[in-house]
Amino acid sequence: MSTEQNNEQMPDWSQYRGVLVFVEQRSGTAKKVSWQLLGAGKKLADKLEVPLMAFVIGDQVDHLADEAIYYGADRVFLCQGPELQDYRTRPYSRITLKLIEEHKPEICLFGATGTGRDLAGAIATHLPTGLTADTTELDVEPHPSRLLLASRPAFSEKMMATILCKQYRPQMATARAGVFQALPRDPERKGEIVLIANPTEGEQIATEVVNFIEQTGTVNLEEAEIIVSGGRGLGGIEPFRLLKELADELGGQVGASRACVDAGWIAHEHQVGQTGYTVRPKLYFAIGISGAVQHTVGMAGSDVIIAINKDENAPIFQFAHYGIVGDLFQIVPAITAEVKKRKAAKEDPTMAFKV
Amino acid sequence: MLHIVVCIKQVPDSREIRIDPVTNTLIRQGVPSIVNFYDLHGLEEALRIKDELGACVTVVTMGPPPAEKSLKECISLGADRAVLVTDRKFAGADTLATSYVLAKTLEKVAEEFGAIDMVFCGKQTLDGDTGQVGPGIACRLDLEQLTYVGKVIHVDPEKRRVRVERKLEDGIEVVETSFPVLITALKELNKVRRAPMPGMIRAARFKPTVWTTNDFPDIEISKIGLKGSPTIVSKTWVPEVRKVNGEKIAGVAPEQIAEQLMEKLWGSELAQKLGWA
Repeated sequence: MSTEQNNEQMPDWSQYRGVLVFVEQRSGTAKKVSWQLLGAGKKLADKLEVPLMAFVIGDQVDHLADEAIYYGADRVFLCQGPELQDYRTRPYSRITLKLIEEHKPEICLFGATGTGRDLAGAIATHLPTGLTADTTELDVEPHPSRLLLASRPAFSEKMMATILCKQYRPQMATARAGVFQALPRDPERKGEIVLIANPTEGEQIATEVVNFIEQTGTVNLEEAEIIVSGGRGLGGIEPFRLLKELADELGGQVGASRACVDAGWIAHEHQVGQTGYTVRPKLYFAIGISGAVQHTVGMAGSDVIIAINKDENAPIFQFAHYGIVGDLFQIVPAITAEVKKRKAAKEDPTMAFKV
Repeated sequence: MLHIVVCIKQVPDSREIRIDPVTNTLIRQGVPSIVNFYDLHGLEEALRIKDELGACVTVVTMGPPPAEKSLKECISLGADRAVLVTDRKFAGADTLATSYVLAKTLEKVAEEFGAIDMVFCGKQTLDGDTGQVGPGIACRLDLEQLTYVGKVIHVDPEKRRVRVERKLEDGIEVVETSFPVLITALKELNKVRRAPMPGMIRAARFKPTVWTTNDFPDIEISKIGLKGSPTIVSKTWVPEVRKVNGEKIAGVAPEQIAEQLMEKLWGSELAQKLGWA
């Protein structure tokens, strides 16, 4: 019995302390997910009573080390050089590995972006340790277990699973953009910046970034105050035009459920829900969206939700503040017209009599 | 001649998995098994390189014996050779243990069938959704790693270089590297062909090469299967979302409904918050 208990006992990890966050950047601009991860990491670090650390790799990115402190980091590791301007797996993973081996964080967090997943996947294999992908909830058990509770959607978003890594350190996770909240930026905040040498300096690197074509588009669901989202009920690409007209009239943005993105009706950057963005706008329209849990977890935090669906039993109505049962092809243009009318009345008060 | 290896996985079509509303558990019955579709895009790209430059395409998978069906599908599309790595001891593997076994498999493939120039994997699987196995294999075999590739621009077998487009959240990165390279494939990479009749005939009679742990004398048992997997699923649950059950707005004419709705919104604190009022 006692041997069994011994087997169950966790190794001594007392050398591993602190939470480390990767600050992803391109051309000196940090990805928002980096600050969101510092927000998530701060809660973990406070609970474990350890420092929150960040690391920045790039060329001429001193200012991002300061920014990381403003967003909650107590200590920032900074590695710079012209050859580090673009992300490349080999040099970036060598630097990160050296950092982890020397400073032994107990938890490492990366954005679940192309770059973050590329880097984290390489590092976890090298170390080796466990890596949980695409987490949407992060928590820790307090001392002495200090286990990271990394939760993520599973089985095409239909369930959530909590993943543990008991026998290895650090515990690693990538986390989705737009799910966690950044701390308010505080330029008065103080922290320590530690410069680290580039261990790959002067080495020949086979991979060469030839060009980068920016395609940011105009969609930014995370910051939109109003989102007009469409689902399977739209039936195709064309009806999104109706949603776009309403969104334009309201000064909002167009969102979509996963079904529409999977069907190729609209780009992934519009997707709300577990594999898309978690949004909290002031006003959210769910149009032709049945209300599967993988969608609703991404929008239920909105201040006011309006659902339009022809099926009066659609689950979406349970989450809506205002529910309209009817034909979206008639109702959406009517709402757009009504908004136009009211805007005109506001700009020209004499119109109010005609409304 | 180029030797290209494609790693595939047979997965339950998770889009078909339902949750039992009473017990909150997965209903796996009747869920079809398919080749993870990102992997098929990897295979298609390998076949296109084969058509253009000449290459030998080897497909490998780790899985239970029925995964043979998926390998046959790859053969019908035009792959030259297929290897099934199967053993109960591999079961329960997470991404770390999986990449270990696949790396060992690729080493053996290179020994038996010739050095490998390129490896294709799907960007992630439908059931695991992690995208970690590709980078894991690249790391273990010291391959160059190009993830999230949406287009192969140019393959130069003389200079042993490849140029691709990686599709990232904020744009497209054009990047070049040397063989041996591991590429993970997006849907945008290509359109997967249909199996031609001769391919289907060949597949029907095809028997893949089967390797078990016995075929890997130096494999470390502590690194495979459940034992070799650092991550553990501690619990699963069906997420619940706050329900508000708000009011229904009904009417005959759409205009009437729209007006009622806007009347309510305009009269609420939302209108103030949005600066409408």
